Amino acid sequence: MSAAPQKAKPGGQQIPVVVSAVVPLNDLVTRFEFQCRDGGAFPPFSGGAHTVVEMKDGDLTRLNPYSLMSDPADSSTYAISVRREDGGRGGSLFMHQRVKQGDEMMISYPVNLFSLDLRAKKHIFFAGGIGITPFMAMIAQLERSNGNWELHYACRTESLGTYVDVLSYKYPNKVHIYYDDQNQAIPLEDLLDGQPLGTNAYVCGPKGMIDWVHAAASAAGWPDAQVHSEEFLKPEPGREFEVRLCKSGKTITVGENESLLEAIERAGVEAPFLCRGGACGQCETDVVKADGEFVHRDHWLDDDQHASGEKIMPCVSRFLGTLELDR
Amino acid sequence: MTIQFNDETFRDDYSFYNSDWAIKRFPFPFHEDSYMYAVNMEQHRGGPEGSVYEKRFDVDEHYVSEMRDRAMVLADDPLRCQSLPHMTLAGWDLLELIMVSKSEDYPDLFELHRDGNQWRWVNKPLGIDDTFTFLDETTLPYGPMEYITRQTQGDFCVLDQRDDMLWMDAGMVTTQADWSLDFDIGMNFFEWHAPVPLAHEKGIFKRALKFLLNIQQGAPARRLNWTMTVNPLLDTSPENYHIWGIQKTTLTPENIGSKQHLRVELQTFFRLPRSNALVFPIRCYLCSFQDLMTMPKWGRRLHRVVRDLPVELATYKGFIDNRPMMLDYLSQFDDGLPTSPGVWPDQETEPPLQK
Repeated sequence: MSAAPQKAKPGGQQIPVVVSAVVPLNDLVTRFEFQCRDGGAFPPFSGGAHTVVEMKDGDLTRLNPYSLMSDPADSSTYAISVRREDGGRGGSLFMHQRVKQGDEMMISYPVNLFSLDLRAKKHIFFAGGIGITPFMAMIAQLERSNGNWELHYACRTESLGTYVDVLSYKYPNKVHIYYDDQNQAIPLEDLLDGQPLGTNAYVCGPKGMIDWVHAAASAAGWPDAQVHSEEFLKPEPGREFEVRLCKSGKTITVGENESLLEAIERAGVEAPFLCRGGACGQCETDVVKADGEFVHRDHWLDDDQHASGEKIMPCVSRFLGTLELDR
Repeated sequence: MTIQFNDETFRDDYSFYNSDWAIKRFPFPFHEDSYMYAVNMEQHRGGPEGSVYEKRFDVDEHYVSEMRDRAMVLADDPLRCQSLPHMTLAGWDLLELIMVSKSEDYPDLFELHRDGNQWRWVNKPLGIDDTFTFLDETTLPYGPMEYITRQTQGDFCVLDQRDDMLWMDAGMVTTQADWSLDFDIGMNFFEWHAPVPLAHEKGIFKRALKFLLNIQQGAPARRLNWTMTVNPLLDTSPENYHIWGIQKTTLTPENIGSKQHLRVELQTFFRLPRSNALVFPIRCYLCSFQDLMTMPKWGRRLHRVVRDLPVELATYKGFIDNRPMMLDYLSQFDDGLPTSPGVWPDQETEPPLQK
């Protein structure tokens, strides 16, 4: 139509914010609260949404997704809770060590890849560790509409039980806590058995836990569409490799500790993205030529597409050899 | 500018008309001399001043009369507006989106005053001044979606997003190009598009779905679609086909210029924040052939597009029988000169008709 062609900005719209509070919760987890820099209201969001936080770390721009865990009805503040990953690529360490109250940052508009099924007669939440964060917002949302929910939350120890105190105090009959070091485990098979028709299950936590819930629900006869999960992958380090970007006529080297997407961006080439965690599909890129072996790690492409060697998700996937991309 | 609202009808005596202003800003949909389906999406973030693309929800001279026509359609057939039970939150999202947009974009026509959840909405053209509690249905005369879409031009499909799929779970549909909300309610994206020819084979709908699933908050999108309508009817629904279908046979070489209308839909897409649903407003603009012919470029181009359109598309769009008569009329306005690229009329630079 070309009425007024405007290209979408990669990563979507951003909101300028100021860090209004930094609240350490325990040895590993700290909450960061943001307010709009212009003093205005944030856009409303839905429980399960995340925001991509931009971190200016010297010459490096880090972009990490974090679930919004504040009450969606509160438009004055957005909050995220970040677990420190000492062996990670540095995003969470940057948040923990460098971000202070009063700092100015940019965050993306909310994006929801893990939303509630509003048809559900009941919602069962399974959280593991820092996987509690999206459920904080979902619970606040459901409480406002008298939603029927219950939470089963596995933590390593009492001292690492992020938000256990708040949740148990506010919702004593709906919240169930399980501590690994006390040999407590979520009685998953029992819980999945005998739920009312129209119940939806949601799981957020380590990959092992997500697979466990999907497998158990499937074995118990649950329809796949009623079991929801969210796992943000992090790009993993790997061997250095070379990529030719055909459209932009550049050849880049992807370093051991950066993702293919980051290397493309570092070369000044605009590439679409949203979640940067292999889930949203936005950065899908056509492969022109591949001499070597793909290391596909995303949740977006299906097995056939992975096998075809025609597509790659540069936010989390890598390559062993030399690659040519349509970018 | 202050809009002068027309007092006109879209039925019976068809007193609908476009002013010179409305003709000039008509969203002519053809950017070149031929047409084929494409996922022709672009960002919906404003457009040239005065154009239909400028505001989030365009209000024009037909506003008051279109709302009057919608009320008549609903009185005859309440099933034109439906919302499945889980879609109420999306209805509030839509109400908020429209009230905020219109009060910001047209402050002389609409006002929104918010004090927490106590809202006051003033709609001057329709003489409405209501106070209600946001998210409390009992404080409005209709559900939130019905309330606001009785005050907003265009049809509205409110699509739930689940399992990487969109579902037609709510809507207000009274100005449609021959499809039925009552038939499509609850269907998924591929099901409700099943009747469209050629596009499935070209993989259009798979790509379109992928695009739509990824529309994010703060980044709405838009595209145009089009068809043909004899007489300026807003309500060309399957439910009322017995009323309007027969009118296609009343075209004559003498009346075709005034009776035959190009019908253009400005389709926009917004992610709804609280429900994570997607709203798909479909705004209908009508323009008679004789009014379109006042723009020499549009005259040349419309003739070529209608002439070269594949038979399947002319059949699907419902004008295959009238195409020869249309071409007889339109060929008078095509002198064979080249046309400039793009949709705009380019009145200053395009030469007048050379015959």
